[in-house]
Amino acid sequence: MAADAQSLTDMQIARYEEEEDPRQHLMFDPRPREEMNRMVLEAMQTTTPRYWITVGILGLLVALLLFGAWGNMILNGIGLAGVRPPIYWGIFIVTFVFWIGISHAGTFVSAILRVFKAEFRRPFTRAAELMTTFGLAAGALYPLIHLGRVWVFYWMMPYPNARWLWPNFRSALVWDFLAITTYLLSSTIYLYLPLIPDLAMARDRTEGWRHYFYMVLSLGWRGTEAEWLRLRKAIGIFAFAIIPVMFSVHTIVSWDFAATQVAGWSSTIFGPYFIVGAILSGVSAVITILFVLRSTMKNMKYFIRPEHFNALGKLVLVFSMSWAYFFFNEYLLHWYGGYKVVRDLLMHHATGPAAWIWYTMLICNVAIPWLTLWNKKIRSNPTAMFVITLLINVGMFAERYTIIPLTLGYQRFPFNWGQYTPRLTEISIVLGTFCLFIFLYMVVSRLIPLVPVWEVQEGQHAHTLRKVGKSEVPSVTELD
Amino acid sequence: MANTENTGKWGMVIDTDRCTGCMACVTACAMENNIPWTGEEEAGYGRGMHWIRVQRLWHGEYPEVKPEFTPTMCQQCGHAPCEPVCPVFATVHSEAEQINLQVYNRCVGTRYCGNNCPYTARTFNFFDHEFPTPMDFYLNPDVTVRRRGVMEKCTFCVQRIHKGQEKARAEGRPVKDGEIVPACAQACPADAIVFGDMSDSESQVSHIARSERRYQLLPELGTEPRVTYLKGGGYYGG
Repeated sequence: MAADAQSLTDMQIARYEEEEDPRQHLMFDPRPREEMNRMVLEAMQTTTPRYWITVGILGLLVALLLFGAWGNMILNGIGLAGVRPPIYWGIFIVTFVFWIGISHAGTFVSAILRVFKAEFRRPFTRAAELMTTFGLAAGALYPLIHLGRVWVFYWMMPYPNARWLWPNFRSALVWDFLAITTYLLSSTIYLYLPLIPDLAMARDRTEGWRHYFYMVLSLGWRGTEAEWLRLRKAIGIFAFAIIPVMFSVHTIVSWDFAATQVAGWSSTIFGPYFIVGAILSGVSAVITILFVLRSTMKNMKYFIRPEHFNALGKLVLVFSMSWAYFFFNEYLLHWYGGYKVVRDLLMHHATGPAAWIWYTMLICNVAIPWLTLWNKKIRSNPTAMFVITLLINVGMFAERYTIIPLTLGYQRFPFNWGQYTPRLTEISIVLGTFCLFIFLYMVVSRLIPLVPVWEVQEGQHAHTLRKVGKSEVPSVTELD
Repeated sequence: MANTENTGKWGMVIDTDRCTGCMACVTACAMENNIPWTGEEEAGYGRGMHWIRVQRLWHGEYPEVKPEFTPTMCQQCGHAPCEPVCPVFATVHSEAEQINLQVYNRCVGTRYCGNNCPYTARTFNFFDHEFPTPMDFYLNPDVTVRRRGVMEKCTFCVQRIHKGQEKARAEGRPVKDGEIVPACAQACPADAIVFGDMSDSESQVSHIARSERRYQLLPELGTEPRVTYLKGGGYYGG
């Protein structure tokens, strides 16, 4: 007995030594308030020549690739794009769905993790919320870009007019329009609310134009008890309210396809399938961006740590598995349902001339995350996570490409089968919106505190290391 | 009973056993409806604009092959998939003629209807197309010339339907069977296309549509096409 007890203690000691030092976690590694404020402000105000050159080039590329090519297309006709019957939607809609998917990251990481009190969310909620806003801004351009007559786009909006003409509320496109507008509006408010105390912090510690800029934006925040109470209430309401909005947005985007009778689109699982895909690509994009922020911005290595890559990596693995389930389910149902057209279509994806896109999708979305993300060492390695998550987003782009042009090309009449290759104008516009996203993100990263300082400080107050006997036990205080 | 008022349910029967694949219908349709020619390059890219096309499929193994021609145009579905998806009501069902109409001025060019048409019957104006002189003298004044960015498709020559109805109304008589003929039917040298009032059970088109050789395109979708096809019963030697 005594020997048993002795060996048990040895094992415990060994396990304890294997366990990492809790101070590796941001929450257990507090710094004084003023120092942390200074660190965030410094990250925001430091601009290197390399930064300005990058921003300048990106701005130029946005003007040229996006607005130049788009303007040229408006003047000459949508025919400059490569779409041709029967494939009326091409890479524009692919990229549209892609950006809307990216925009799910902010809400998922910020609202859902906030509601479930996941403490690791604290330092990067804002970075994720910014992705939502700019992802939506980039994505919301596409329903306009792809129109044949963009100058009358407002006919899709319900507005009172003398002819009593309303949009067709049976059309998924009108819902789409309304859902995206709602999401853009609510996610911007949701981004802004937790920003107010940080803006006030910046206001009190800056001079010149920045002082006036933050003075206006912080709405006279003083940090009184009543203000905090109201702010917390508002954030609480928004965090809960924005979750159904997020789910509805990508469900409705999926209805653009599911509510048709195109073989391969008309599917009842498209709603959840798209949402899971969106969250997979969104959370992956958060990791990608966190890596970039960590390696380019000052003091970010303190806030963004391997533990965050580890935690988000677990989420990515879970969503990659759910995505694979939905993907498999589609095949299973159509095998069981036995509608020949769809069954042949799904075979066509895997064996047709564009099968390499299908395989890219599966390798990037399933094989790579499943083979790597089970390992904590890989999950905690920011560079590895950067590469993996970038590949996952390549895979998700391939998924949307398979769903849209490749499915449209496979019509019920073999006579109408078609193929599609994006043309220069399309590729230019797609690259242009990527530049737009990075451009906006880079500019705003130097305008607002990218780390929610008050949330980090709040979390650090709640986390303490308590001495129990001779060991230190991490303990967390429940905040509400 | 034939109709004096706009209550007809217009329909078409196409006898694929008679069709020789001569493309006269395609040409006649283009002339009647001011369909632009998109040019060699665009047509080669698959953007040739036709409201009717002749789908040619081969039967049998070489050298024992037999072509089958199926002239296909908008099927004027009773439950049209194109209609509910249009966000601006540019694709509408006409109560009077019971056909699908495209409101060119309202179309914003989402091309959603083109995706959702199982017959791929719609064509899109990817560019503005010129009618080079002297071809512009042929432009039909009864039909709108479409600009770039709008969708278009077969209308069953709705302008001819209206003309026939107005003429009959002015003369105070019902529209006679066979009085209204769309351009494709008029041009067909083999009389493979017959057009008329389907609600009149005595009309020629109703008679032929009751043939046991009848079939419809993709009936499993429940689109209720207004076009009936005939094939392979040996009636005309098929």
